[in-house]
Amino acid sequence: MSDASYAIGIDLGTTHCALSFVDLDLSEGEEVAQHVLRVPQVTSPGNVEELDLLPSFLYLPKGGELAEDALALPWDARPSFGVGEVARGLGVKTPIRVVASAKSWLCHGGVDRRAPILPPNAPEEVTQVSPLQASILYLEHLRDAWNAKHPDAPLEEQEVVITVPASFDPAARELTAEAAREAGLEDMVLLEEPQAALYSWLQSTDGAWREQVKPGDVILVVDVGGGTTDLSLIAVAEKEGALELHRVAVGDHILLGGDNMDLALAMTVRAKLEKDGKKLDGWQLGALTHGCRAAKEKILADAEIDSVPIVVPSRGSKLVGGSIRTELTREEVTGILVEGFFPKVEASDRPKSRARGALTQLGLPYAQDAGITRHLAAFLAKQVGATEELEGFSLPEGATFLHPTAILFNGGVFNSSLLADRVADVIGAWLEAEGAERARVLDGASLDVAVARGAAYYAYVRRGKGVRIRGGTAQAYYVGVEAAMPAVPGMEPPITAMCVAPFGIEEGTECDPAPQELGLVVGEPVSFRFFGSSVRRDDRVGTMLERWDDDALEELPEIQATLPAEGKTPGDVVPVRLQARVTEVGTLRLEAIPREGGQRWKVELDVRE
Amino acid sequence: MSDPKPSFFARLFLAWAAYFRTLFDADFAAGVVRLREGGPALPPPKEEPEEKPKKKKKKVEKKEPTVLKAAGPEAALQLLGLLQREGRFVDFVREDIAEADDADIGAAARVVHEGCRKALDEHFEIAPIHASEEGETVKVEEGFDAHAIRLTGNVVGDPPFSGELTHRGWRCESVELPKMSEGHDPHVIAPAEVELS
Repeated sequence: MSDASYAIGIDLGTTHCALSFVDLDLSEGEEVAQHVLRVPQVTSPGNVEELDLLPSFLYLPKGGELAEDALALPWDARPSFGVGEVARGLGVKTPIRVVASAKSWLCHGGVDRRAPILPPNAPEEVTQVSPLQASILYLEHLRDAWNAKHPDAPLEEQEVVITVPASFDPAARELTAEAAREAGLEDMVLLEEPQAALYSWLQSTDGAWREQVKPGDVILVVDVGGGTTDLSLIAVAEKEGALELHRVAVGDHILLGGDNMDLALAMTVRAKLEKDGKKLDGWQLGALTHGCRAAKEKILADAEIDSVPIVVPSRGSKLVGGSIRTELTREEVTGILVEGFFPKVEASDRPKSRARGALTQLGLPYAQDAGITRHLAAFLAKQVGATEELEGFSLPEGATFLHPTAILFNGGVFNSSLLADRVADVIGAWLEAEGAERARVLDGASLDVAVARGAAYYAYVRRGKGVRIRGGTAQAYYVGVEAAMPAVPGMEPPITAMCVAPFGIEEGTECDPAPQELGLVVGEPVSFRFFGSSVRRDDRVGTMLERWDDDALEELPEIQATLPAEGKTPGDVVPVRLQARVTEVGTLRLEAIPREGGQRWKVELDVRE
Repeated sequence: MSDPKPSFFARLFLAWAAYFRTLFDADFAAGVVRLREGGPALPPPKEEPEEKPKKKKKKVEKKEPTVLKAAGPEAALQLLGLLQREGRFVDFVREDIAEADDADIGAAARVVHEGCRKALDEHFEIAPIHASEEGETVKVEEGFDAHAIRLTGNVVGDPPFSGELTHRGWRCESVELPKMSEGHDPHVIAPAEVELS
């Protein structure tokens, strides 16, 4: 830890990765020498360029499809796959060979995340990879890019922080940590992305943040990335005269981001074109999406502009005449983007959920309601009690949701002040309706690299050189225990949820073993139902819940323990107790401790199907 | 000349002294030139590898400021490739637009403009040479950089000149072209595409 020359933050994003670093020798206190790594990557076959961002795309070419060294990198003459810009570019025209959104698959409990399933629906001939493998490849690319430029300070020996969505469940966090270990980053730690955004803001104020927030403030971080929307609440408390930051709540996993918005615009424009009898293929839809993004940004940036022309180029070499001209109007942007994704809703509105149908054929559990403001309303209402345990926070009588006093926006979507203003207005209206003041907006740098920068800053302050956000686990965890009662045909036996890890355990802390014993069958994997709660803050290890509100406990993917048969009779039932620990890395670890023998068996959070 | 045939060591000393005088004394150097061109020739200095001073002397005498620059085709081809990839530049320029509708040309021009601009922005840092607005009256001082400022029209008299800025000029501050893999053929500006169904 002390040998490191750099504190490094890696944003392992759904659509982009970025690496930022702090030079420890040149940094002192809040004076930080920080940079973003220009990542060498193949940008088109045979060409290598350095970019600030590494698109999180992986292309799996057919042998002979590309020239022999078309994917050559400074550190690898013959890679068998392409990572970054080249993968994104090739993937537009050959989607069956491109892996995208691997991160969203990594936190998809419904699939085996170690199984080669990407790209989904790929023909047999394509050698698929697992979501875990794709994450490893992105990290390895960043590692090799760093090491090529810093041969004397290899990434493996630096202090590395990797960000994950606050809403990542324990299994997804563990998989991210595993990917990092596979990439040789043994000593890295995880940080939640909204916290990274706040660190980035703290750093950007050059120490003036202490004047911009005060004890009693509740900061709502709204982080809308390319593929996910991540919400967190951070309370500002005071202890012995110094300001303290507590991350008191995080939102549910919402698979909805900026890319969905651009796609929604493109679909609308495509429908308009199809009405005129003009058909677009997949590549042209990609070009249209790109055009819509640029046009949207122009419209959002300038209130005078009513429409922006978009041209979808022809695929063939005849550009004039073969291209399709259309336009994106302000009305469409307002209707789809502002009203569609950020509608004016009441604080009592909730996201609509509808039965999953053919729409989910892609396999990813995309958010069913695109209204981010409705997700916000649900989040704030669910977390109305988030600050109860902290001193100096009080909500007015009858408050129906937690009142944020400040908002920090993050993500490229909010480069448009129109959208940030809309969110601030909607929340402001909710607050005013309950007699509270509007929340002020913290001037954040909603840059593409803010999360990576914040992570690097955190890697730096972890050395004891600045304010840290206190957090711990944002959920309490429960294992489902079947009640001992006679089986009733056609009915599942009722289960009791036993708390194994309370809310808010800090990194590097071990809980007591749960007092109740469970029976494990020797030599056979035994599965348990697993639950998390982001609202039950008072449960202790061993608390048994016989019933609960649907809202309070969320079922997570099953967990599994296998007791090896060595020295025991297979089929025997051995009583074990479960013990939870939050590792230094920031992952949850569950272990089964048999009554005798002093051994411990790891309980797998990520179960192979 | 009192001593027509100096000894070797005397010659060595003479050559040594002459070397520095040729270098630093313009009049003396002119004399040497005259001597070499028409007057009684000095005996050529001995070719001895270890006698470095003499070798250097020869170099100085032969120095002729002829600079020939030949740009390799690779960078140019790379740029064409970039402009084509981002802005369909070659497609557009190679197309016969004589009969085409202006609206269609306009639509295509948007693709070319947006893409080529992106390619330029990403690989070149380009800034105007002159900070003033076009149309303003500007001064051109003595000793101006004739590469960067072109005087036009009534070019008479002595600097400082005063005139109207008709074009601000462009200067490329930095270039960052992609690096190419060994086997990459930059002559392929855009590959032919065959879609398999």
